[in-house]
Amino acid sequence: MSAAMKVHVSAIRKVAPTIKEFTLTPVDGEFFPFSPGSHIVVEMQADSKTIRNAYSLLSDPMDNRQYRIAVRLQPESRGGSDFMHQEVHEGDELTITPPNNLFSPDWRAKKHVFFAGGVGITPFMSYIPEMLRRGADFELHYMYRSTQTGAYVEALRNLIGERLHTYDSITSSRAEIADIMAHCPQGTHLYICGPESLIDTVRYRGQQTGWPASHIHYEAFAAPKPGKPFVAELKKSGKTIYVPEDQSLLEALEANEVEIPNLCRGGVCGQCMSPVLDGDIEHRDEFLSEKEKSGNRCIMPCVSRAKSSRLHLDI
Amino acid sequence: MRLAPKPVQTFRDDFTYTNSDEAIKRFPFPFPEDEYMYSVNIEPHTLPGPEGSVYEHLFDIDEHYLSEMAERKQVLAENPKRCLAMDHMDLACWDFIDRAMTTMSQDYPNYFTLEKDGEHWTWENKLLGIKDTFTFGDSRTLPQPPMEYMGCQVQGDIALLDQRDNDLFMDAGIITCPADWSLAFDAGMSFSQWHGPVPLAHEAGIFERALKYLTAIPVDQPVRRLNWTLTINARMDTSPETYPNWGTDRDSVTPENVGEKVYLRVELQVLDRMPRSNALMFSIRTYLISMNDLVTNPEWAKRMHRVMKTLPEELIEYKGLTRYHPILLDWLKQFDLEN
Ligand code: FES
Repeated sequence: MSAAMKVHVSAIRKVAPTIKEFTLTPVDGEFFPFSPGSHIVVEMQADSKTIRNAYSLLSDPMDNRQYRIAVRLQPESRGGSDFMHQEVHEGDELTITPPNNLFSPDWRAKKHVFFAGGVGITPFMSYIPEMLRRGADFELHYMYRSTQTGAYVEALRNLIGERLHTYDSITSSRAEIADIMAHCPQGTHLYICGPESLIDTVRYRGQQTGWPASHIHYEAFAAPKPGKPFVAELKKSGKTIYVPEDQSLLEALEANEVEIPNLCRGGVCGQCMSPVLDGDIEHRDEFLSEKEKSGNRCIMPCVSRAKSSRLHLDI
Repeated sequence: MRLAPKPVQTFRDDFTYTNSDEAIKRFPFPFPEDEYMYSVNIEPHTLPGPEGSVYEHLFDIDEHYLSEMAERKQVLAENPKRCLAMDHMDLACWDFIDRAMTTMSQDYPNYFTLEKDGEHWTWENKLLGIKDTFTFGDSRTLPQPPMEYMGCQVQGDIALLDQRDNDLFMDAGIITCPADWSLAFDAGMSFSQWHGPVPLAHEAGIFERALKYLTAIPVDQPVRRLNWTLTINARMDTSPETYPNWGTDRDSVTPENVGEKVYLRVELQVLDRMPRSNALMFSIRTYLISMNDLVTNPEWAKRMHRVMKTLPEELIEYKGLTRYHPILLDWLKQFDLEN
């Protein structure tokens, strides 16, 4: 796995009623430049457990002096966003992974159209500087609720002017997704980051109107949701591990020194796939096919859990 | 001690290429066991590697530097399509330039220097007598397109793989010493397509796992593997485009000349994540050693015999050894009499 890096939290500011932005600088050495759409995983030492959440980088990819992320306070979180909002202060040290990218723009596109919902604006914040440098054709449709989200609207308006379309659900009408898609020229690629409902709407519309799947990109990862507690028995290492309701199976494994490859920690990258011998799985990932899911033979432990009280894993 | 580059030798026509004793000693002999098994055998390429070995630095510069750069120039002059970069790969090319210039100037300060003044970089390559100042990221400020410019200053072929849809696409590269594959043919292809023809590999699900691994390689954690084949004469450029020049060489092997004609060809393949573009750099550094030089190491001689003896029929054919494999095996037997 990626070597961990120590960072300073050099600034924290509120960028929307429920969103805080964190500026991270290296403790020693230099950051890597990164590619647009990259994320890092932040490791948080909460009271009794370690929480690891993935956050998109929103700074200019060419700027390796700092990384910036934005965290929305999630009401039903397992503590990660709470921790970032309440426990992290300017001057603190955090541990992060180097950037990884699962949401890279396809530079061959004739045109790029972005749909951002709420805090889902973050990956596009790193896209835009590079799009401008390359003189790429793009437009951004940004949906938010100004009583909660809507970070960076002013900055974006100054940066990209006409190419920004905003939809504040408090004051204005909703985005006509079908309409926007219908007006895209051939060779357009769509990128969606936001709530599941937004992703589903665009993808469904795309399917209906014959968009090639390879032209629709989305980033769905959110922190894993809590669930019922269960016990995982590991055949190869002989360990028996208790997975409490607010911890993911992956986190519980890591807490017991069982290392599993992982990148997104959100059920999309496929890295953490682990074989299951016995027990009912509650699949919550985007990676496995329907057939693999009903086969009940493998699980993505970063998000998925047990339906039964026990899961027997072949690891 | 690392050897300084020697004067230009040839990889064609009169084949003046030779290995010094030092070069033989550091040759990356690829067989860890007596029986050859196909595997992806990827391992971390932790830098710096053992001092003086081919694994010490990201780009291994050795005594053949000038010869290989001269050969590359010649290949490109004959066929410019051996170097290409699709438009969307420009940033990836600059990532490659950064990685090469930064590491080479640190690893070989006597040969290469790099001065950075913000975006204004000055690069000097004392071996080739090159000195240029340019603006990082602006391809118009280089005397040649970025892939060609830097590719002509590193030993080994370079491919830059664009990563999208959980797959890798060969969208840029400079390939002048391939072991029978072609950039023009593979350009734009996905990982599974360009690996299509390898026998015995698909069944095992090897490529699915390899691809998953490769797409997850993080920055600054390169990985490597060795690949091998045999080549007749010290010919670097065994590409399909030039097959008419070398295809019939295989018929020229006799029991008398096998030691000098047959070369073990080893590729040190390194995969390294490019930070700005998310492309994967795939460098393929080729080492050639004649059977005569190889058998100066009795361990290698023995093992070479055993590996050749147990090589599956499909691989003998796939690697193009069919015509001279029996002659080679006979000849190698003298170094491994108990087997
Ligand atoms: S870590 Fe990416 S799918 Fe589990």
